[in-house]
Amino acid sequence: MILHSSIDPHGPEFAANRQAQLELLAAHEAQVALACEGGGAAYRERHRRRGRLLTRERIELLVDRDTAFLELSPLAAWGTDFHVGGSVVTGIGVVSEVECVLIAHDPTVRGGAMNPYSLRKILRALEIARCNRLPVVNLVESGGADLPTQADLFVPAGQIFRDLTQLSALGIPTVALVFGNSTAGGAYVPGMCDYAVLVDRAAKVFLGGPPLVKMATGEDADDEELGGAAMHSRVSGLSDYFALDEPDCIRIGRQVVESLNWRKLGPGPRTADPEAPRYDPEELLGVVSADLRVPFDPREVLARVVDGSAFDEYKPEWGSSLVTGFASIHGYPVGVLANARGVLFNEEGKKGAEFILLANQVDTPLVFLHNTTGYMVGRQYEQAGMVKDGAKMINAVANSSVPHLSVIMGASYGAGNYGMCGRAYDPRFLFTWPGAKVAVMGPQQLAGVLSIVARQSAEAAGRPFDEAADAEGRSRVEAQIERESHAFFMTGRLYDDGIIDPRHTRTVLGIALSAVDGAPVAGRRGFGVFRM
Amino acid sequence: MSGAGGRAVTPITKLLVANRGEIARRVVHTARRLSIPTVAVHSDADAGAPHVREADEAVRLPGVSAAETYLDIDRMLGAALATGATAVHPGYGFLSENAAFARACEDAGLVFIGPPSAAIEAMASKVAAKQRMAAAGVPVLESAEVDSAEEVATAGRRLGWPLLVKAAFGGGGRGMRVVASAAEAAAAFEAARGEAVSAFGDGTLFVERFVVSPRHVEVQVFGDHHGTVVHLFERECSIQRRYQKIIEECPSPAVDESLREALGKAAVAAAAAIGYVGAGTVEFVLDRDGQFFFLEVNTRLQVEHPVTEAVTGLDLVALQLAVAAGEPLPPEARTAELRGHAIEARLYAEDVAAGFLPVSGTVERFEVPAGLDLRVDRGVEAGSVVSTYYDAMLAKVIARAPTRALAARRLSDALRRARLHGVTTNRDLLVGVLEHPEFLEGRTDTGFLDRHDPAALSHRPAAGVRRLHAAAAVLAASAARLGSRTVQPAVPPGWRNVGEGWQSTVLADTDGPIEVAHRYAGPGRAGTAGEGFAGPATAAPVEVTVEVTVEGERLVGRVPAATPDEVVLERDGVAHRVVVAWYGSEAWVDGPLGASRFTEVPRFAEPGPAVAAGSLLAPMPGSVARVLAAPGDRVSEGQVLVVLEAMKMEHSVRSPRAGTLDQVLVSPGAQVEAGAVLAVVGAASGGGPDGDGEAE
Repeated sequence: MILHSSIDPHGPEFAANRQAQLELLAAHEAQVALACEGGGAAYRERHRRRGRLLTRERIELLVDRDTAFLELSPLAAWGTDFHVGGSVVTGIGVVSEVECVLIAHDPTVRGGAMNPYSLRKILRALEIARCNRLPVVNLVESGGADLPTQADLFVPAGQIFRDLTQLSALGIPTVALVFGNSTAGGAYVPGMCDYAVLVDRAAKVFLGGPPLVKMATGEDADDEELGGAAMHSRVSGLSDYFALDEPDCIRIGRQVVESLNWRKLGPGPRTADPEAPRYDPEELLGVVSADLRVPFDPREVLARVVDGSAFDEYKPEWGSSLVTGFASIHGYPVGVLANARGVLFNEEGKKGAEFILLANQVDTPLVFLHNTTGYMVGRQYEQAGMVKDGAKMINAVANSSVPHLSVIMGASYGAGNYGMCGRAYDPRFLFTWPGAKVAVMGPQQLAGVLSIVARQSAEAAGRPFDEAADAEGRSRVEAQIERESHAFFMTGRLYDDGIIDPRHTRTVLGIALSAVDGAPVAGRRGFGVFRM
Repeated sequence: MSGAGGRAVTPITKLLVANRGEIARRVVHTARRLSIPTVAVHSDADAGAPHVREADEAVRLPGVSAAETYLDIDRMLGAALATGATAVHPGYGFLSENAAFARACEDAGLVFIGPPSAAIEAMASKVAAKQRMAAAGVPVLESAEVDSAEEVATAGRRLGWPLLVKAAFGGGGRGMRVVASAAEAAAAFEAARGEAVSAFGDGTLFVERFVVSPRHVEVQVFGDHHGTVVHLFERECSIQRRYQKIIEECPSPAVDESLREALGKAAVAAAAAIGYVGAGTVEFVLDRDGQFFFLEVNTRLQVEHPVTEAVTGLDLVALQLAVAAGEPLPPEARTAELRGHAIEARLYAEDVAAGFLPVSGTVERFEVPAGLDLRVDRGVEAGSVVSTYYDAMLAKVIARAPTRALAARRLSDALRRARLHGVTTNRDLLVGVLEHPEFLEGRTDTGFLDRHDPAALSHRPAAGVRRLHAAAAVLAASAARLGSRTVQPAVPPGWRNVGEGWQSTVLADTDGPIEVAHRYAGPGRAGTAGEGFAGPATAAPVEVTVEVTVEGERLVGRVPAATPDEVVLERDGVAHRVVVAWYGSEAWVDGPLGASRFTEVPRFAEPGPAVAAGSLLAPMPGSVARVLAAPGDRVSEGQVLVVLEAMKMEHSVRSPRAGTLDQVLVSPGAQVEAGAVLAVVGAASGGGPDGDGEAE
């Protein structure tokens, strides 16, 4: 059935919501701009003076014209001591009509050196490539490990090389386009990839550079002899293609991907020409309140996201705090689970579990739209088996094998985050709206709980309760939780794949659905669908 | 001028058209109208040409060169006899003024659509022709045969400078030199004699007074076998480049009623003097004072005959056929009247800016508006290959109107609106001439294109229109890409969640490179709203929200529609509809403000086998006339090593540097494309190979 919107886009509430969202987006945009700045104007200029392209220029040249590029986790390392962005750009782009995961170092940030956040970002990109069967193109120019952080980096970084070759073993091709430094451990990126293209007089691929070789063996050797493109193309054979310059390297990279004869294994969209939503996605900015305690109807979001605003709702009259049903996005059929009115009760736990089983039965990907404060607490609900009912949903989501996509629109608190396929439940993609908050519970609730526990503890010990200190402590904890549950904080830690403009939700989900379609879409089988 | 007697009428039952291109089609067209079956002939290069399809039967003339096909008398007769044709129409050019062919037809019992062989012979020698005309009372320029440079100087003193030295058996500007003074006599004589010998096999030269700022005015005459000779008014063909007419009209703006009568009388006298039968043209040179002098008689249907047809309403080919069959000229031919004004423009495949270099290639699209007062005689269609073997004329466009001004406007408008893709044409020059104030005032003389630089005269879209066209070309290419997406077909084009996503395309035309940047906009991008552009740009036009900058300057406000072949650009509140066609990396853009042609500069240069330093490249397509050095020869910079011939012109290809001739890759007679490597000259120092690696 076609969804009907009941919000008033000319009303004061809409205007206020929109204003708040625009402010959040502006703050986000400012952080993204910092990430795009890379190491700053001076380093960018120096890079250009060397005749080299900037990271995002390389990507723009690599991807097919007029196709999309979905950048992942642009605010990685936000709020840490490291440069926002994590000195690497990752994302999904279309190269020679093949969706690929692109991993591109930003050499203007500390020479492209890798820190623990770069590592997480790269490993996440490789995981996306593996789950969704997307070929990987590495755009390499990195000084290797950021040495002061080697303690947090060196041991886990080995996974990069393991993942690359395991991807290859899974039949997922890997390509390294080497534009500059790729030394020491970094030499194993072209080393472990299926294809390596090296740029003449720019690529440097060796285990030890001239000083190290001199120290180790006393031998005098220069960069070109140890790891230049000419040497590797003509002597060692590490380089499969010799590129004259950066554009030539990208040209060869595109040619390599074209020759992969790549085929996606998913069922594909039902139509290549889907109907647009009947409501303007622009209005999504007016749907969500800046105050997460104000609930909103997720059908208002769906009306602006799914094809033709058509939504076949399942069990609309039962467990109505969780909206479930079938729709399609960019022609891909999806099952949707969306929170309404925040709390998940016993019925919602059971309804969610049942719906997940139904989607598995018909091999349909699931989209989770989060805005939940968690499962209900209280005598009545505990006695009705709230733990068991929540567990049913968590069980179902954990063992579901269709692709899951999560969008955290507002709150995602407590076990609700788990049941709705939070990060720990391995959604294929997880995106966050800029006003979202993720935590064990809301800041006020958490501070209040701590306060009650402290008060009970004081009473039990017969100590006087310091009201002033409690008030001060509550506001301190509230501020801490507020900060730590902030979308920027979560995205900085790679707890999502990036913050998105709510108006982009349809496009982002469309790209994600196209990406997950790279792998077969197969639901879990074994039991019939339990009627709960 | 009705004579006694006359020939019995023998109807033509089947007509062989001994020609190709537009004139073959034009003859077939009339024959069809008269229910006369037709036979086409074709070389191997023309096997698929329109004239072959349109005739009832076709005979292959094996080979491609004109000499082994359209000029081969035996094969042509063989074709006529094999198909049972009773008459042969030679068109113009090729065998049309070949007396031997006319006689061979007569001997074989075929009706030759043209004058008797004796009349052709009588006019073949210009000196002899002039003497006969002078005797018949036709005004002629005094001239003299010359056997030496001294005789040229003597003639100059007698007739006055400047003089024109001409080959007696020449035409088309070959073997012709203007001599300004006695000092130039020797060089001009030698040059003219050399060309005359090589081109016509006869070095006979003569000189005559050279008329300054002359007009070329010719009179159409018609004679029948019953002794009637009439004239069908004059045509002016003064707009010429390299002695070839490109714009012709009827009537001449320089001819008034009394002059017309005098010209007509002289022309009829000239034709009668040689017993002329059929269609002929008596050419005169008209000076500034209205004095005219006989030049020559063309014993064939002229290229520009349609302007006469347009103003008289006659079908000259039908008249030719009737006369050849022995019928008397019909009353409408004897009492023809001038009605209105007609102008013809000849579209050539040629590069005006490069000195009218003929151009070869495939015609991708050939659409010229036609209608009641617009006639298009064309030999090519989309898919036709223009080769260097034959004349590079693609079509003639003829406009008719009550007034000369309207005819000129109608013609230039039709040319502007024509969609001519695939090969470079002289269209811009034609438009430039037709819209030039001097032309519109009727101040046309044969020096028009000497006074006005043809390249500068060529109508080019204004800089702003060029930018608009470049933007349209890029958006059409983008729409084509979007419509054929195989992955993420429903994702908004060029979508980015980070960064601006500008895409740069570099196009190039004769004015140099032009960079167009575009990006599609959507929600969450500055200054835009709505996802209305989402979805593939398939056949249905989609309103696109797109920002375009050309050379860094923001150009387009709105794009109401963009498809692979049509783009509507709105600029300052005015919508411009532009049609675009891409053929490989070439974009041809047409709009009401003119036409543009761009080549896309590849995003990635293919480092293919680069041309070795010291290579001689063919500057144009053509055939190799001579190779003037052998491998191993020491050559100097600028030394002519290869001579190419293309379209009656010889082009010298010179050594780019001093050194040793390493390789000669062609031999005389070889056909070469533009840019082909002809020879390679090694460096003088004898060092290693040049340009290793990146420099190339």
